Amino acid sequence: MSVELSPMILAIFLPLFGAIVAFLMPRMAALIGLGTLAMTTGAVIWLAHEVLVTGAVVLPLGGWGAPLGIDLRADGLSVAMLTLTSAVGFLVSIAALDSLKGADQVRQRQYFWPLWLLLLTGMNGVYLSTDIFNLYVMIEVIALAAVGLTVLSGSRAALQAGLEYMYASILGALLFLMGVGFVYLQLGRLDFAGLSGAAPTGALVAALALIFVGLALKTALFPLHFWLPAAHANATAPASALLSGLVVKAALYIVLRLAQYMPFPSENLLTLVGLMGAGAVIWGGVQALRAERLKLLVAWSTVAQIGLIFVAFARAGELGLTESWKAAALLILAHGIAKAAMFLAAGRIKDEIGHDVIRDLDRTPIRPTLAQFTFALAAISLIGLPPSLGFIGKWALMEGAMAAGYWHWVAVTMVGTLLSVAYFSRVFAGFLRFDRVRAPVGEHQGWALADAAPLTLALMAIGLGLLAAPLLSFLEIGYPFGVAP
Amino acid sequence: MMDAPLLPLFILLTSLLAAPILFALPERAAKLRTAINLGMAALKVALVGWLSLKVSQGVIYDLRFEMLPGLEFKLQADPLAILFIALSAVLWLITTIYSVGYLEHGPHRARFFGFFSLCVAATVGIALSGNLFTFLLFYELLTLATYPLVIHRGTAEALRAGRIYLIYTLAGGLVLLLGTLGLWVLAGTTDFAPGGILADMAAENRLAAQLLFVVLIGALGVKAALVPFHRWLPIAMVAPAPVSALLHAVAVVKAGAFGIMRVVYEVFGIETAQALGMTAPLAALAGITIIYGSIRAITQDDIKKRLAYSTVSQVSYITLGVALASPIAAVGALAHLIHQGLMKITMFMAAGNLAEGLGVKRVSQMDGVGRAMPGTMLAFTLAALGMIGLPPLAGFVSKWYLAQGGLDAGQTWVIALLLGSSLLNAIYFLPMLHRAWFRDAAPEGEGAPGRPRIGWMLAAPPVTTAVLVLVAGGFANAPFSPLEWTRFIVAIEYQE
Repeated sequence: MSVELSPMILAIFLPLFGAIVAFLMPRMAALIGLGTLAMTTGAVIWLAHEVLVTGAVVLPLGGWGAPLGIDLRADGLSVAMLTLTSAVGFLVSIAALDSLKGADQVRQRQYFWPLWLLLLTGMNGVYLSTDIFNLYVMIEVIALAAVGLTVLSGSRAALQAGLEYMYASILGALLFLMGVGFVYLQLGRLDFAGLSGAAPTGALVAALALIFVGLALKTALFPLHFWLPAAHANATAPASALLSGLVVKAALYIVLRLAQYMPFPSENLLTLVGLMGAGAVIWGGVQALRAERLKLLVAWSTVAQIGLIFVAFARAGELGLTESWKAAALLILAHGIAKAAMFLAAGRIKDEIGHDVIRDLDRTPIRPTLAQFTFALAAISLIGLPPSLGFIGKWALMEGAMAAGYWHWVAVTMVGTLLSVAYFSRVFAGFLRFDRVRAPVGEHQGWALADAAPLTLALMAIGLGLLAAPLLSFLEIGYPFGVAP
Repeated sequence: MMDAPLLPLFILLTSLLAAPILFALPERAAKLRTAINLGMAALKVALVGWLSLKVSQGVIYDLRFEMLPGLEFKLQADPLAILFIALSAVLWLITTIYSVGYLEHGPHRARFFGFFSLCVAATVGIALSGNLFTFLLFYELLTLATYPLVIHRGTAEALRAGRIYLIYTLAGGLVLLLGTLGLWVLAGTTDFAPGGILADMAAENRLAAQLLFVVLIGALGVKAALVPFHRWLPIAMVAPAPVSALLHAVAVVKAGAFGIMRVVYEVFGIETAQALGMTAPLAALAGITIIYGSIRAITQDDIKKRLAYSTVSQVSYITLGVALASPIAAVGALAHLIHQGLMKITMFMAAGNLAEGLGVKRVSQMDGVGRAMPGTMLAFTLAALGMIGLPPLAGFVSKWYLAQGGLDAGQTWVIALLLGSSLLNAIYFLPMLHRAWFRDAAPEGEGAPGRPRIGWMLAAPPVTTAVLVLVAGGFANAPFSPLEWTRFIVAIEYQE
């Protein structure tokens, strides 16, 4: 095979190259970052076009095919994740231009772009990998960059949270690596295809369980969520948006992808996963109800929403797996977009008002109307109200659960929805109450360019619900959900 | 005339597209905002008129768009939709004029009119929904669009009311989601069709069908303010007067009542619902709500609260007419959908004028207000007498058909119920009229009405709707009157 220029190669190596250049040329970092992002997005669009025209694309690196060499593969699901990453990433970057413009943020500016581009490398790598060792390498790259982004603000709380995040991340990666090792001992190969034919021996199941626990730690599945709220709440707004909107999705994606090749886990194990998800939905919701700060509330809502995605994973028996994983994929996309919008909006509110104490949001005559409106739109998708993508995901989840007679998962979803209404309406009350300030409340404070990125994301989260049918048929290209018709 | 298959969509877009424009307008651009508001509202009335004409000629409008495999977003314009949409279009125009006058110097007008438009768009969507799934989308949009209107004043009391409103309606919406999913899983479709879609399934699995009925009607009953889900309605009275007027006449409670109609007639089908043994309990519940609302209204001193409890009672006439499972009662129910809207919007706008012009918010302050604001109080009086059921006003027509329907269905208790309810209506409305017209204003000092200061934009709308109350009753048998249109619908729903 000749050295062919492939969009998959570009999607992984352009950001890596950009990260190095941005690190070396800190004054130009923002420009390099945006340029790299634009080019990477171009590569993703190119790849999406290829996949749309020809179906799933496989690229054997160095001319050796799996299992000897390394393959890159792109199907509907991976391209959807790549597109999510590029689109959200691009808009977050635009927001970052504004929110990192302060004179005291020189160092943040310097490090944000290389770290973010490195993160992009890792995530794009995850979405294109076809073997579990490669996945391990990529999640380590992600972890490195993500911890860096967490501590970017340099505040004490952020450093503390970053440290916890790092421990969790290292432990998760270690468990994942052990699982990978055991799989290799069992099967002698590490590519996905090798997993699919394997007999579910006890040792293999144990290895996969290690991998799952490692991933659960990385995606903060209850009760392994302890690191997430502080990390996501204390990072700077664009970093929070990347961490909550995109980073946790990489581990979720791996769970979804491995599920395609794994032997069917027993019904009991699935139920256990669902119970962990249900625990997250309830515990995350209750903590969000009690949170005193806006960003902390948003972070706890991430814990709850991730729980809901695991409920979707778990909600159906062997026959319903394909459908339930589609619901999970929709929820992943919906949460990625809406949560990024919400964190950016929360950051804008905090910047404008000067604090993010929820009970005092109404004590100021300053009302950043557009950011508040954006926050509300994102909340609509996260609660799962129509016609948002979050609604479609929830509909798919509940439909399958109901059809299979799994009423307990229906109940969990409903409780989760009610909790999210309750905790988000605390915030709305803060936005809309006017009798606690003496001065006339300034409304309609004009349009700030910084609000454009979160607003666009929030409108995407709502509007994509109307395009769910074509989105689903795109997701199914290359049969990532296991069953060819 | 040119045929436009997208006409229902255009009608939806008149208010849906107005919303973002209104949000974006700066606060001080009052003239432009008013122009857009009135222009869009007038355009909608014209388009709805055209649509009604087409539908009465037998043109079928059916727009579909797939949202999930097999699951469609569907707009359709059938005679029942026209009935509701015509009500909302006409009353939107009138309420818009009223709101412009009411909020002339108030804060947050951009936000108010943006959500106001969204609210109307949601109502139009509810009317035009061709299946329960689409209905659900607009039903939730209605909740979201009305919440900011309810808490518009931004006081602690308003926010408390808003929270209760949100909890009731979103919980109801969630149950409706559950019911819609159940319907989709059980029947494989959520389409509305005359005669219903569940006849086979109900015969097969009676218990599931009964459960589905309870879930769906319960969910819709929250917005329709059926006892015991009515508590939010009197509390939501903290909203500004035009919002209350719209909420009570076309938007929220009517959306619930309209939904009950769709579910009973076109999801279950009246025969199936009857065979499931569900109509009798629903009629009983409606009867209880009618009496309960009226009794609670008697003791309210706050004018708007009294009107709110009166709505609880009056809207259940619609549910009663549906549940009696008689075509004659159905005529009464459908006619009341319109008539109650006209009468109640008149009363709320009049109450708003009393508060704005005289500072009168309580029944006990109403002495002599008839002399101070004769036009407004004349409108109020007509509407109140209509509510009581005095011929030839609109309310009489609906009550007459409901009573006939009760006899037709062999439910003689309905006559007693209607008489009792009319008596209670008289007990809580007549003292208000007595104070307004036959008592002298309190001497100067605290609580005395001052000089009214309201412009034509506040004065004209209630008078207009009061005239409509008179016309709808007096000319009930004229072509294109609500009653005539209603007969047309009932012939379809009962497949005669």
